[in-house]
Amino acid sequence: MPYLYILPAFGVYAAFMLYPLGRAVHLSLFDWDGLTLATFVGLDNYTDILSDDRLRAAFGHALVFVFFYAVLPVGLGLVLAAVLTRAKVRGLSAFRTIVFLPQVIAMVVVAVAWRQIYAPDGALNTLLRAVGLDALTRPWLGDYTFSLPAVGLIGTWVSTGLVTVLLLAGMARIPQEQFEAARLDGAGGVREFFSIIVPSVRAEITVALTLTIVASLKTFDLIYVTTSGGPGSSTTVPSYEVYRRAFELGQVGSAAAVGVTLTVLIFAITAVVNRIGERNS
Amino acid sequence: MKVSSTERFLNYAVLIVFSLLVLAPMLTILTQAFGPHDAAAGREGAFHPGNFLAAWQEGRFGQYMGTSVLVAAIVVSLTVILSVLAGYAFGTMTFRGSTVLFYLFLLGIMVPGETIVVPLFFDLRALGLTDTVWAVAMPQVAQSLAFGTYWMRTYFRGVSPAIVDAARMDGASPRRILWSILVPMGRPAITTMVVLVFMWTWNEFLIPLVMSPTGAFRTAPLGLAFFQGQYTQGTALLAAGAVLVALPVVVLYFILQRHFIKGMLEGAVKE
Repeated sequence: MPYLYILPAFGVYAAFMLYPLGRAVHLSLFDWDGLTLATFVGLDNYTDILSDDRLRAAFGHALVFVFFYAVLPVGLGLVLAAVLTRAKVRGLSAFRTIVFLPQVIAMVVVAVAWRQIYAPDGALNTLLRAVGLDALTRPWLGDYTFSLPAVGLIGTWVSTGLVTVLLLAGMARIPQEQFEAARLDGAGGVREFFSIIVPSVRAEITVALTLTIVASLKTFDLIYVTTSGGPGSSTTVPSYEVYRRAFELGQVGSAAAVGVTLTVLIFAITAVVNRIGERNS
Repeated sequence: MKVSSTERFLNYAVLIVFSLLVLAPMLTILTQAFGPHDAAAGREGAFHPGNFLAAWQEGRFGQYMGTSVLVAAIVVSLTVILSVLAGYAFGTMTFRGSTVLFYLFLLGIMVPGETIVVPLFFDLRALGLTDTVWAVAMPQVAQSLAFGTYWMRTYFRGVSPAIVDAARMDGASPRRILWSILVPMGRPAITTMVVLVFMWTWNEFLIPLVMSPTGAFRTAPLGLAFFQGQYTQGTALLAAGAVLVALPVVVLYFILQRHFIKGMLEGAVKE
C-alpha cells in the first residue's frame, strides 16, 4: 500500500536521476566521443583530472569560489546581522526583502547585469575614473588576474543576502537576558559578538555554509554567460568543464568523470561542514 | 535593547549602504532597459518603454517565455502531485525500506545537474527524445522531486495524529484522508513548494541548454544568453530582455515573499 503512493515519484526519480547517475559512473570509465564506439579506459579519465592543467585549474577555481560564495558572505553576514540584532532598527523587514532579492533572480539575468558593470566602459570603470583612479581601470572580465575574483564577487553579491537573513533569524532567538547579563559584566560589542552571538548561531552558520558551498560548486550559468571560462582557463570551473568536454570537445568519458568527481566533492564537503557543525554544538 | 544614538545612526547607515549595494546592479539594468537603444532613439528623449515591445518581438522573448510557461507548468504540476503522494507515504506510514528509500530521494538535492545531464542527453538522443518538451521538463521534475518529497514528508509528519485517527474512526479511506483532509490543510506547505519549484524551473539554464540542441524548446533564460551573444551593439534591448526574464519570479516574490524565504531557509535546515 505505501509503495503504491511512492511508486510514481520513484519511477520518475529513478529514470531521470538515479539511472543517469549510475550511467555517469559507467561512462566515466570509457573514452567516447559521443558518436563512434567507446573504448574502456578504466580510471584514466580520473587520473587525467590530476594531470590535466586545465582540469586542475578548474577544481582550484572551485575552491576560490567557495571562498567568495560561502566564506566571505558568512563573515559579512555575521557582522551585518549582529549589528542589526544589537539595536532594534526600523525597516528591518524591508531590508530582508531587498537583500534576499538576488536569490530569486535568474543567474543569467544577474550575469548580464554584472557584465555591463564590469565592461571596459561600464559602471565600475566609470566610477573609478570619476574618483581619479584611472590607473585601476581595466576590462575586468578579460583580465587574467582579476577575472576570477571579479566573477567570485558576483557570487558574494548573490549569497550574502541569503546568509544574512538566515543568521538574523537565528540571532532573533537569542534570549535578551544573555545580552543584558553580558553588559552588566561590562562586555563590549566585540566580546558580545564572539562569546554570545557567534556560538548561538552555530547551527545557522552550518546551514548557511552548506547551502552556499553547494551553490558555488554547481555554478555553471554564471560562468557560461560572463566569461566562458576565459580568458584562457582563468575562470573555468568543474561544472563548466563538464559541459565543454561533453558538448563542445566530444570527450564524453572525461566529462562524466569530472561530473562524478564534482558530485563526490559536494558530498564530502557537505559531510565535513556538518560534522564540524555538530561537534561544536 | 538600549544602544547609544551614535550606534543607532551607524546601524541605519549600514542598513542603507548594504541595501544600495544589493540594488545597484538591478537598478542599472532597469535604467538601461528604459534608455535609448541607438543614437536615433537617443535624440527623441531619454524614456523608451518601447524597448520591451521590441525585445518581446525582435528578441523573440514572447516565444521563449511561452516555452518557459509550458515547461514550468509541466514541472510544477507533476512535482506537486508526485511529491504529495510520496510524502504522504513517507510521513504517515511505516513500511520496510522507508529509510533507505527516503535517503535515496534526499541524495538528489545535492547531485549537480551537470553530472546527470551528460548521460541523459546521449541516452535520450539514442531514443530520439531530445528536442522535446519532455526532455527539458522530466529531468527537472526528478530534481524537484528530491526536494518536494522531503518537504511534503516534513509537513505530513507535523500533522497531529489525532486528526488522522479521527478520520479513520469515521471510516475514511487513506485516499480520502489525504485528498479531503490533509491536502486542504497543507495548503501553505504546498504553496511554498509550488513557488520554489516554479522559481527553480523558470531560472534553470543547463538542462534546457543541453536537452534542446536545436533551440526548439529554448526557455527565457537561454533566450537571454543567446540574445546577448548575437546582439552586441546597444544594451537597451538586452537590458529590457533581462527585465522581462526576471519579472515573473520577482513579481511572485513580492506577493508571496514569506513562502520564498521560509522555503529556502527551512528546506535546507536540519532533518
